Amino acid sequence: MAEALLLARGLCKSFGALRASDNIDFDLLEGETHAVIGPNGAGKTTFIGQLSGDLHPDAGTIRFAGEDVTSLRAPARARRGFARSFQITSIYREFTALDNVALAVQARAGHSFRFWRRAREEDVLRDPARRVLEEVGLGARAGVLAANLAHGEQRQLEVAMALATGPRLLLLDEPVAGMGSDESQRMVEFLSRLKGRQSIILVEHDMDAVFSLADRISVLVYGRIIATGTPQEIRANADVRRAYLGDDVQLAWAHAERR
Amino acid sequence: MRSRARKLVLLAMLALLVLVPPAAALLHQLFYVDLLRRVMIFGIAAVSLDLILGYGGMVSFGHAAYLGVGAYAVTVLAYYGIHDGLLQWAVAIGGSMLVALAIGAVSIRTSGIYFIMITLAFTQMLYYLGISLDVFGGDNGMRLPERSQFFGLINLNNGTEFYYLVLTILAAVVLLVQRLVESRFGMAIRAAKSNEARSRAIGFSPYPYKLAAFVISGGICGLAGALLVNHTAYLTPDFMQWTRSGEILFMVILGGVGTTAGPVLGAFTLLVLEDVLSGWTEHWQIILGPLLVLAVLFAKRGLAGLLPGGRGG
Ligand SMILES: Nc1ncnc2c1ncn2[C@@H]1O[C@H](COP(=O)(O)OP(=O)(O)OP(=O)(O)O)[C@@H](O)[C@H]1O
Ligand SMILES: [Mg+2]
Repeated sequence: MAEALLLARGLCKSFGALRASDNIDFDLLEGETHAVIGPNGAGKTTFIGQLSGDLHPDAGTIRFAGEDVTSLRAPARARRGFARSFQITSIYREFTALDNVALAVQARAGHSFRFWRRAREEDVLRDPARRVLEEVGLGARAGVLAANLAHGEQRQLEVAMALATGPRLLLLDEPVAGMGSDESQRMVEFLSRLKGRQSIILVEHDMDAVFSLADRISVLVYGRIIATGTPQEIRANADVRRAYLGDDVQLAWAHAERR
Repeated sequence: MRSRARKLVLLAMLALLVLVPPAAALLHQLFYVDLLRRVMIFGIAAVSLDLILGYGGMVSFGHAAYLGVGAYAVTVLAYYGIHDGLLQWAVAIGGSMLVALAIGAVSIRTSGIYFIMITLAFTQMLYYLGISLDVFGGDNGMRLPERSQFFGLINLNNGTEFYYLVLTILAAVVLLVQRLVESRFGMAIRAAKSNEARSRAIGFSPYPYKLAAFVISGGICGLAGALLVNHTAYLTPDFMQWTRSGEILFMVILGGVGTTAGPVLGAFTLLVLEDVLSGWTEHWQIILGPLLVLAVLFAKRGLAGLLPGGRGG
């Protein structure tokens, strides 16, 4: 069997005495959507941060497409095909939606030591950016300042920026967090259209979203992955149920199961 | 239409500046040519600072360093009998870019107050270096032996010719910076200023772009230094004093951060007010200070923000 697209082995990351990642092994196959769930403070964002290169692990290795990328920083990983959305929306607020996405296209189009031509007049940047905006449903909002978009639109914009880099791997940290139910449904629909075409690591609290999107689920508790499996296997796993006992998620879960 | 309005304002400013020498001659007030030439030279320095401050978010509190490097380059070469302006100014620009490369390489790894302090510290070092160079007059400085020469094409001893040369350079610098900040390069540094984490996540390493902007800015300011020493015909280490850096910074803030040409208005306001007030009273700084504070408080986007089209990015 070919090597997985992404392989993390023995990732450890501590903040003082707190072990936010405790010997994590994780892999993602090409085209797979692998969800990471777990209670608040379990270390999901910390894990994503180490994959994206924003955080450096204390120990462990990360291989991507056959290459050891552990020592690469975020920009270098991005150029190899990592794209990330942040739990707290991270966009260029002073720029229009189209500018935001065009910048992502530009970042992917080689170096930016081009000093004379106006970037906003370059069709090679603007056209692909427009297409991606259309794709995520923001086509009509292209000219709006990102700061003036609704919260849900900003989250869509962030996903659009990630896609515009032409990624081989999408790291999504709670893409539907804080969205209304209509908005979040649209986002889930959109992500399900990416399924299979795009390799995705999805961190999400919304169990409906997770169970409808994920091919596999890993459960992270206190920095450890306590289980990995198909949605059915995870549902049936006793450890997982125990870890969640008393948590809101238990309810959401039961709810998701009933559907 | 904003950009159209802005273009008109810029052209109007340019036309006014073109008319200064004939108007001054008509009124027998040639001294205005001198004053406005000084304004434009500082305008060039302020525009160069706005490139990194307004678009790159880098608050350099040491831009006087490049004025100094540019001025020393011209004077030292002239001292050794080299008066060719092209060569002098090329050395002024190149030298400033090298110094900016060194200062930027260290300072751009930091941000906020550390960035400010490091740029200030480097400039102080250069200032004391200037003071200690006894060959070139040390603390007192020295007269520029001869103004830069351009094969007899332009005579800098002729106040009006020199004026139009400075005006041409100012216009070219404003045009250059405007193009720069709208190019891919400009978008990359503006993006890093807006949200560095986002930039890194889409694959921009901000450092090389910021450093390049810092070096370009230093080069432009070095050219202003070469002009300034030709303007004063006298070199002193004071060109590099930290208060000078503060003045340039103030011109940018007063004129409008991130407005490209706004800082020229800032330079104009600061230097003309200074000139007028110092004619009234020797305690002019007591009046100037509060006036400037008011201006900054009430014109949030600087003076440029008050003009039609001035808010355009
Ligand atoms: N930079 C940091 N410094 C210190 N502690 C941190 C830092 N980042 C995260 N932590 C701590 O590490 C633990 C894991 O945080 P993390 O954000 O990864 O959790 P999470 O699973 O993403 O939680 P949530 O569901 O709330 O987003 C938490 O206890 C958090 O307080
Ligand atoms: Mg999190």
